[in-house]
Amino acid sequence: MKSLLQYGVHVLNHLRKDLRIEWRSRDAINGMLFFALLVVVVFGLTFDPAGYPTTTRQISGGILWVALLFACITALNQSWTREQRNQVLEAQRMAPSPASALFLGKAIANMLFVLVVEAVLAPIFIVFFNLHALGNIWLLALILPLGTWALVVNGTFFAALGLRARNRELLLPLLLLPISLPALLAMVQATTGVLTADLDPIQITTWIKQLVGYDIIFTTICILFFETVLNAE
Amino acid sequence: MEQRTPTLRNVAWLWFAISVAVLVVGFREAIFLVPTDAAQGDVGRIFYYHVPIAMWSLLFPYLNFAASLAYLYWRNRNPLKALTADAFALASAEVAVVYTSITLITGSIWGRAAWGIWWAWDARLTSLLLLWLLYVSYLMLRRFSSTGQTQTLAAVLSVFAAVDVPIVYMSIRWWRTQHPAPVFGGGPNSGMDPSMLPAFFWNLAGWGIWGIFILLFRFALERRRQLADQEAALQAIEASLEIPQ
Repeated sequence: MKSLLQYGVHVLNHLRKDLRIEWRSRDAINGMLFFALLVVVVFGLTFDPAGYPTTTRQISGGILWVALLFACITALNQSWTREQRNQVLEAQRMAPSPASALFLGKAIANMLFVLVVEAVLAPIFIVFFNLHALGNIWLLALILPLGTWALVVNGTFFAALGLRARNRELLLPLLLLPISLPALLAMVQATTGVLTADLDPIQITTWIKQLVGYDIIFTTICILFFETVLNAE
Repeated sequence: MEQRTPTLRNVAWLWFAISVAVLVVGFREAIFLVPTDAAQGDVGRIFYYHVPIAMWSLLFPYLNFAASLAYLYWRNRNPLKALTADAFALASAEVAVVYTSITLITGSIWGRAAWGIWWAWDARLTSLLLLWLLYVSYLMLRRFSSTGQTQTLAAVLSVFAAVDVPIVYMSIRWWRTQHPAPVFGGGPNSGMDPSMLPAFFWNLAGWGIWGIFILLFRFALERRRQLADQEAALQAIEASLEIPQ
């Protein structure tokens, strides 16, 4: 019990550090936000969403997640680079705190950044795409965080995995996308189901359950293998 | 450098000859002897290549996963054994990609003839495509990651991929299904006409023997590369120890 509490304190310390660094620069959030906005605008120009409300409802779940996914990738690439400056990462490897606490702290920090981006982006998205959801919109408050965690937990892990690779920026999407595809399928289906009200509520619940299962499984193996990856040499 | 014994070489040649012989028999059975399919015509003959290769393509990812786990287990306990496991993991991942690619291509050709389209986003097709993507990304990681780390990182990714495969399978199946029902155990009308069995089993055996042959050949090649690396590293250390005159 005491060791669990201590672990929590370590995670919290890492989280505080990451939040403080981000607060001082605000690079990740600003970059992600503008990038996601650009993707939404590009899709808006290609599809004329205001003219075809039914089609818009069918495709906008996918567009929202694609925009967030690409924005996540741009920010996640940077999240470990910060630790490389001045050999901070080497110091972290020697620190007495467990390696997975470092990982969890950073994953939670990234999660918070993406949630901020979502909170700003969602109203803009609704206005630009003239969206009028037909289903239970409050379900999105469950789907968005679950889907975001699925992207962020694996993304943070693979960003650390590719840290010393050649072509680091290219490697992250190459690894993250194939692993995330089932989660992406679940979150897009659930979101589209809520927007169009075409899906049975039972089906939406099943997609959400799959998402929860995916989150639990991959969070566990990320925590199990992070130390191996951090000290892979 | 490890010497290849003449016995090993003879066994390898024998294995190769057997695989070619079995494939020749399988070709004769599938193309000339099996009666033409009543519903599909000659197009149906691709079945004897598509299905056996698809069945084998599902085996190699398991080998890759097992070898990766063995690597992670031996990494700090017995580095030389770990290297062997890693060579096996690499070889099986490459063979897995080759076999899944052939399955996707032959399936696509059949789909064009039977369904009129090259590709459909159906359950089985999509899950096999995702399997192919996972193992291509595994090979990409091996290519891009820096030397010294490659084996560990690749083994970890292999575990992720292996965990992902059943999730992909379940979620895609839940998503949609259009592929013909499984030939074996797919319901009361599944199973094959007895006239099709010889062609099917000859090809199943032939592609299995052939797959194991290229797997072991690639494994031996990778082992030789690893040993050459070790030799070069040893020579570099020895050279650095010599006192300059």
